[in-house]
Amino acid sequence: MSGLSTWSWSYDGWIVLAGILCAVAASLPGNFLLLRRMSLLGDAISHAILPGLAVAFLISESRSSFPMFAGAVVVGILTALFTEWIRNFGDVDEGASMGVVFTTLFALGLVMIVQAADHVDLDPGCVLYGAIEMTPLDQVTIAGFGVPRVVVVLGIVTLVNAVLVLLFFKELKLSAFDPALSTTVGIRAGWMHYFLMVIVAVTAVASFESVGNILVVAMFVVPPATAFLLTQRLHVMILISALIAALSAILGHVSAILVPGWFGFQGTSTSGMMALCAGGLFFVASLIAPRDGVLVRIVRRQKLSLRILSEDLIALLYRMDERRPGCVVTLAQLRAVLFSGNWISSQLMKQHARRNHVETTESGFRLTESGRRLGAELVRSHRLWEQYLVSEGGVAIDRIHGQAEKLEHFTGRDMRDKLEQETSAPVTDPHGSPIPPE
Amino acid sequence: MTFLLLSLMWFTSFGFQFTVSDAAEFPVSAQLVDAANLGSFAATDTLTDHSLTWPTWSEWKKVLFLRQYNTRVVMLGTMLLGMAGGIVGSFTLLRRRALMGDALSHATLPGVGLAFLLAPMLGLDGKSLLVLLTGASLSGIAGVVAILYVRNFTQLKEDAALGIVLSVFFGAGISILTVAQQRAGNAAGLESFIYGKTASMTSSDAMLIGFSGLFVVVVIGLIFKELTLLCFDEGFAGSRGYPVLLLDLVLMALVVIITIIGLQAVGLVLMIALLVIPAAAARFWTHDLKKMTLISAGIGGAGGLLGAAVSALLRNLPSGPMIVLVCSSLFFVSMLLGTARGVLVRVIRRQRLNRSIDHQHLLRGLYELLEARTSENRSSSKTLSTTTGIAFTALLSIRSWSSFRLTREIERCRHAGFLVRNADASLSLTDTGLAEARRLVHEHRLWELYLITHAEVAPGRVDQSADAIEHVLEPELIARLENLLRQDLEAKGVAPSPHPIESIGDAS
Repeated sequence: MSGLSTWSWSYDGWIVLAGILCAVAASLPGNFLLLRRMSLLGDAISHAILPGLAVAFLISESRSSFPMFAGAVVVGILTALFTEWIRNFGDVDEGASMGVVFTTLFALGLVMIVQAADHVDLDPGCVLYGAIEMTPLDQVTIAGFGVPRVVVVLGIVTLVNAVLVLLFFKELKLSAFDPALSTTVGIRAGWMHYFLMVIVAVTAVASFESVGNILVVAMFVVPPATAFLLTQRLHVMILISALIAALSAILGHVSAILVPGWFGFQGTSTSGMMALCAGGLFFVASLIAPRDGVLVRIVRRQKLSLRILSEDLIALLYRMDERRPGCVVTLAQLRAVLFSGNWISSQLMKQHARRNHVETTESGFRLTESGRRLGAELVRSHRLWEQYLVSEGGVAIDRIHGQAEKLEHFTGRDMRDKLEQETSAPVTDPHGSPIPPE
Repeated sequence: MTFLLLSLMWFTSFGFQFTVSDAAEFPVSAQLVDAANLGSFAATDTLTDHSLTWPTWSEWKKVLFLRQYNTRVVMLGTMLLGMAGGIVGSFTLLRRRALMGDALSHATLPGVGLAFLLAPMLGLDGKSLLVLLTGASLSGIAGVVAILYVRNFTQLKEDAALGIVLSVFFGAGISILTVAQQRAGNAAGLESFIYGKTASMTSSDAMLIGFSGLFVVVVIGLIFKELTLLCFDEGFAGSRGYPVLLLDLVLMALVVIITIIGLQAVGLVLMIALLVIPAAAARFWTHDLKKMTLISAGIGGAGGLLGAAVSALLRNLPSGPMIVLVCSSLFFVSMLLGTARGVLVRVIRRQRLNRSIDHQHLLRGLYELLEARTSENRSSSKTLSTTTGIAFTALLSIRSWSSFRLTREIERCRHAGFLVRNADASLSLTDTGLAEARRLVHEHRLWELYLITHAEVAPGRVDQSADAIEHVLEPELIARLENLLRQDLEAKGVAPSPHPIESIGDAS
């Protein structure tokens, strides 16, 4: 169908650029919104600006864009202020006060519009909510180049946001993490809050007007949330969020052209797809984030449990070998003690054979010298721990085995030496089994 | 084309419905018109008059006695919806997920589009309400799962989870609907099946709302205890073996039910308002969850009823926004006057405390100044005299209070008969004042002694912490302190100050 063959830099290029600018502009203050647990403010403002439009219209009696913009910004800021006041004075939860404020303002706006509708038809959908697809159509000339107005507006907003975040980074950071401390060191946390709200309101309204609200509401939340998963440092988080915002804008426009084609449709809404791509990137990050991505955690846990099983196998062989030196043990005998799976145990034993810890005979496995050393280390850790738990921890003798069984896998040479020192170098553990020498 | 479509979609997603009076047929009808159509409607003749006129008596009668079938149904339906929203909202509010309705209602959008696209493959009508509602429900549940995923598998907080689900699902929904528009020309207005119907609420809608409301109430009634525990102490609930995740899922499923029913009947923003505002308002009146749920249901019901009634009475006031505005008026009244956490109650409480603190500070200050004067005079008697006058300036300097505040408090104490003003404008305690002051000083020093002997606080630092606590000491606690410190006390009845009193000004 359409595909990327119709891509034109003078058209799609501007759309992508507008998307990137809007996304970056929104994601910069979005980081602080996330830290202040006010992620839904963008959505609230997008509903709440309606009375601002109505009042601006009633006062100016025109639908020119500047009074509308001003009215929307003022109401956007008021939304943040009212939310804050209700939260403070009424001691109401942030989300609830936001909900009260924006639904009330929206309802007020609708009533006003109905009352004003006999003068002229006022449809905010036509006045304020732009669409990113229309970006290249409305151009202004700067230094001889035709540049879409939207790109100019969003470029300025992005630049201002970036400069403000850079200049007030320390203040924003401190007041977001610890308002009380920031007030004591002379940064008015309350003022910083209102300052941030003004940035958010201006960014939101400027973006509604140029590219519609889906994109900006998403970009306030999703890229910062994604970056939050990937790092624990605020300045890195802001950088990553800006990158992710830009990336999802690019991917969004490309997939808005490509994806519907796979199902036999023509292109779809660009800003919708940009939001969706941001969501996709978030999902990927939540899976593979290095610190605690879902997949990363699963893999880490699997690896750990495999290592423990593999160590348990060797330790068990060592214990059997202790009783009957040089004995040959079958896999079934090992599995009967450890209750481990057939396939996984045999794989692990093959690994041990490759590493020359065991030698495989026709009737089973026999420990090699290096395997015996490994097993001795584990069993030594285990028995030292048992001794320590009894003599130093005062744990009952029938309860030490389980704990030592866990601890033995996380005990290195240093720890063993220390344990030996603490328990004054015992020869046997509390059960009477000999503690193998280092 | 895309632009028009987008603006239409965005707007209809607000899905507000209007009561527009239709003078010819129903003078007080509650005909609901989709917001998106407002622009075109404005051009027609029937809507040229938008001024508010006071309803006539016959119109009052019609509304008050529920004469009109249409009004009756709308009022009943919105009332039931308000009650159900209030009940569910109480729990989401306490769970700090007040805006969950917002997120989940946006999350239904992709389902609507997909249902429309996929239904023909299964041989169903893509525009049948049942198909669309099923799609909306499934997609809402997917939204619930997504919220739980973000909440439980990442370090992000509730608000971020809601924001992510809201915006991403909404973006997906817009994309799918844009595509759906290409498949079949008659997909126009698809959203209005879900986001508010152009026709008025019918009795079957009211019944649907009523039944689902009843269902929600029954479910909540059955697991009230578990939900309470979940809302107040999730960790504890988990440690007691309650299936926290399952309960969370049930709660959110209830929100999905209410939201979808409400969306279909009254629109998105109104639905969010009904889930948030009544519960937030009820929170001001009580600390008891059971009562809060009931009050919240009451406020939601009243908001629905009154809003619908107002819009039926006054021409040209749309019902949806009126319901929101009535609810938020009730919210602001509750916020001011609420008996448990209302602003006024808290202000009065604080005022009262401040006043009693000033009162106690004044009497204690006078007593300590008197005490200092007596020891300066090296008089043999240990009793304090009520005739010695203390100057106003001396009192002013012992604390950082303004002279206005001090004068006001002096006047209060004078009226209460605790002190008298002498001829030279100095102040003396009366006998009752002296007894009261002695008691206060006694309490203050008891606490100081306690801090020194039992909490091992340095004597130089006890004055301030005793200052903070003395105003709230209970008589039982005083008795216990006296018992505890018996041997340290003199027979005199007032313990000596364990530290030099620094704040003595020049009394002469």
